[in-house]
Amino acid sequence: MASSCLTKSKTLIINNLKSNKLLTNHTSSIAHNVPLTSSSLPSSVRKFASSSRITPSVFFNRCFNSVYVGRRLHSATSVSNDAVQFPAEASFSQVLDYPGGKVTFTPKLTFTSGSTDERIPCYRLLNDNGQQVIDSDSIKIRKELAVKMYSDMVTLQVMDTIFYEAQRQGRISFYATTTGEEAINIASAAALNNNDFVFPQYREPGVLLWRGFTLQDFANQCFGNKYDNGKGRQMPIHYGSKKHNYFTIASTVATQIPHAVGAAYSLKMENQDSCVITYFGDGGSSTGDFHAALNFAAVMEVPVIFFCRNNGWAISTPINDQFRSDGIVVKGKAYGVPSIRVDGNDALAVYSAVHQARKMAIQEQTPVLIEAMTYRTGHHSTSDDSTKYRSIDEIEWWRDDQNPVKRFRKFIENKGWWSDETESEHRSNIRKQVSQAIQVAERIEKPPIADMFSDVYDVPPKNLVEQEAFVRKIIKKHANDYPSDVPM
Amino acid sequence: MLGIIKQKVGARGLTAPVFGDYMQKLSPVASAMRDFSSATKKMTVRDALNSALDEEMAADSNVFVMGEEVGEYQGAYKITKGLLDKYGPDRVVDTPITEAGFTGIGVGAAYHGLKPVIEFMTFNFSMQAIDHIINSAAKSNYMSGGKINVPIVFRGPNGAAAGVGAQHSQCYGAWYGAIPGLKVLVPYSSEDARGLLKAAIRDPDPVVFLENEILYGDSFPVSQEVLDPNFCLPIGKAKIERQGKDVTITAYSKMVGFALKAAEILEKDGINAEVINLRSIRPLDRDTINDSVRKTNRLVTVEEGFRQHGVGAEICASVVEDSFNYLDAPVERIAGADVPTPYTANLERLAFPQIEDIVRATKRACYRSG
Repeated sequence: MASSCLTKSKTLIINNLKSNKLLTNHTSSIAHNVPLTSSSLPSSVRKFASSSRITPSVFFNRCFNSVYVGRRLHSATSVSNDAVQFPAEASFSQVLDYPGGKVTFTPKLTFTSGSTDERIPCYRLLNDNGQQVIDSDSIKIRKELAVKMYSDMVTLQVMDTIFYEAQRQGRISFYATTTGEEAINIASAAALNNNDFVFPQYREPGVLLWRGFTLQDFANQCFGNKYDNGKGRQMPIHYGSKKHNYFTIASTVATQIPHAVGAAYSLKMENQDSCVITYFGDGGSSTGDFHAALNFAAVMEVPVIFFCRNNGWAISTPINDQFRSDGIVVKGKAYGVPSIRVDGNDALAVYSAVHQARKMAIQEQTPVLIEAMTYRTGHHSTSDDSTKYRSIDEIEWWRDDQNPVKRFRKFIENKGWWSDETESEHRSNIRKQVSQAIQVAERIEKPPIADMFSDVYDVPPKNLVEQEAFVRKIIKKHANDYPSDVPM
Repeated sequence: MLGIIKQKVGARGLTAPVFGDYMQKLSPVASAMRDFSSATKKMTVRDALNSALDEEMAADSNVFVMGEEVGEYQGAYKITKGLLDKYGPDRVVDTPITEAGFTGIGVGAAYHGLKPVIEFMTFNFSMQAIDHIINSAAKSNYMSGGKINVPIVFRGPNGAAAGVGAQHSQCYGAWYGAIPGLKVLVPYSSEDARGLLKAAIRDPDPVVFLENEILYGDSFPVSQEVLDPNFCLPIGKAKIERQGKDVTITAYSKMVGFALKAAEILEKDGINAEVINLRSIRPLDRDTINDSVRKTNRLVTVEEGFRQHGVGAEICASVVEDSFNYLDAPVERIAGADVPTPYTANLERLAFPQIEDIVRATKRACYRSG
């Protein structure tokens, strides 16, 4: 019965249109020109349409078998600048309540552009000379905090240089610097509380440094000696510290992102006044884990900050080979996550953004996405020579002109909080401490043989107990075949 | 009416009526707990798992369940039935379709101190999440120097069902059984299901809990001790289901039932078989297996999974290492055929061990030495 009504009505509509001389060959122009007053629809159509769930306009559209894709989704009350203006009596602009919410219809056949012509602007407070932009709504920063931030940025810089050299000298097997991202590391850490949980990728040792991990602690991990927090189980730079709420670094890229969401879910259940932050690079945003984590975080409404260090390179993969979107900040919207793009080389802007994001995350129990624009001045790691795939000019420009440490130094010197003397004193101080830490770490014993078998399980199972006994027996019997600096 | 028609929800929304055509499917499915006059209760494996989850969630508010369809749908196989109503959406979490996603999130929650029970609709789908299971869960305690323990349980149906095709029928016992840092449990009866699931949830290490879809509907007698809310079975101990002196048959999950039926048939031929229910693939109870072989001098291993690098291969190597001089015959390995599981019923039947295969192999093990 309904279908015959439909065909009959279709014929009526078409006849109606033909009589109004509105039919043209181009389907889209039909949409533009048809005066869609309800009075123009045959009464049988109106009756049918009103008895069903669909509105007259939908019915009309379906008759013509065309697809209209809206440029934006509006509520019934809002009007966009580019929506076609219909005469006052037109009732085309209808809304339908789909599963998932109301959607407004539009007769305009327009695809939202995939291009990045209009990019999301970048939040910045300090210009290249370290001067604060006049009409910014940043928070005021105290002298003690600013000076600690700067000193730690310098410490991080010096530590990176010396550890890198140590690897080149063959004293440690591997290292990865944070050069160029000191502001991201220190300023984001400074804006958090110590009881906010950190799920790092591997280019964020500055967060640990801020929270009190000592230079000796860093060195012990890199040398894998018996004082290493991680008991010598991992490669250098895979730091972790339960005391500092910094989850142990794993080499797997972006796996920490869903972990952070799970931990944030746990926090939410406990109703704590703290949040979780997780860091990852531009490359990490390509993984499936990133997608699932952001999607979930929005659905579960958990207090987590997704901090993306967009430093331009994923080992040798430049941005244009990594994605074609406007960076990572636009992806937040796709998942329903509030997002911001910030100048990652501006310590003040990073501090301000993270401070605000933390407030939002905890008070509103929402995930927040921060994309910090920066540049990886150093190589990916000691296993990489980035001059092979990018120009030295590019590296030098970012290292010199856009250096975050220099810029923040100018800021605090302008305030009278720092000087050349304090600078050279601090640098030489740190250099001595780092070198000292390395020398000490080098001489400390390696972890004992028991640490090879512990922590696989909570309680060692029978087979591991047997294996350990067997290994000890063999080492005792053939001592000269085994290194002498492994304590039994 | 011998056949049992079931709605197959597990195959990602595809439904296929299934006619149980195994001889073993003759036992009628008993409903929850029926009192017999002799006071031994019977319980289906499904109810055993459901009651174990319920009791552990009641006892510890950190325990929560997460997976696809576990909440509103009451569980793809109804294992989590009633839990959403009882504990609410905070503790019974329905997830979007991303095994990698919700497994990563579960691991993160475990890092922070919750005790997630992650359900895979079948363990075939766990391959999407295997990086998180192995690299994020199994290895974390070790890699972090003992700082991050992961008290998580991954559970779901494993191995063949009936007529679900190659991508829904693989057994993952050997894969997960190879990983240090994981514990891998394979319950058979309702007692196993309750005791091992409770032990798994209480265990501070990550546990892979491999159930079996066909067994969900099977009923087993359960004593008062098993019904106790604190009933736990030790992890890493196998159970001798049937004492014997002529030959040892090891099996796990559904194959235990097959092995027991085979043993009854063999009894008529004068072969007295000892059937070991492994209960745990990692840690493997080498002691119980070797003690048994030293008594019987012959070994037959049974599994549904693929032969190469399978659980039977590990058991065989273990016995050869520890009890070489006690063996009177080569070890017989029965496993699934080396093919992706075919769909049609006759081919599927040929692809997995049947009772007759176990009987024939055991006879070979008994007569080979002449």
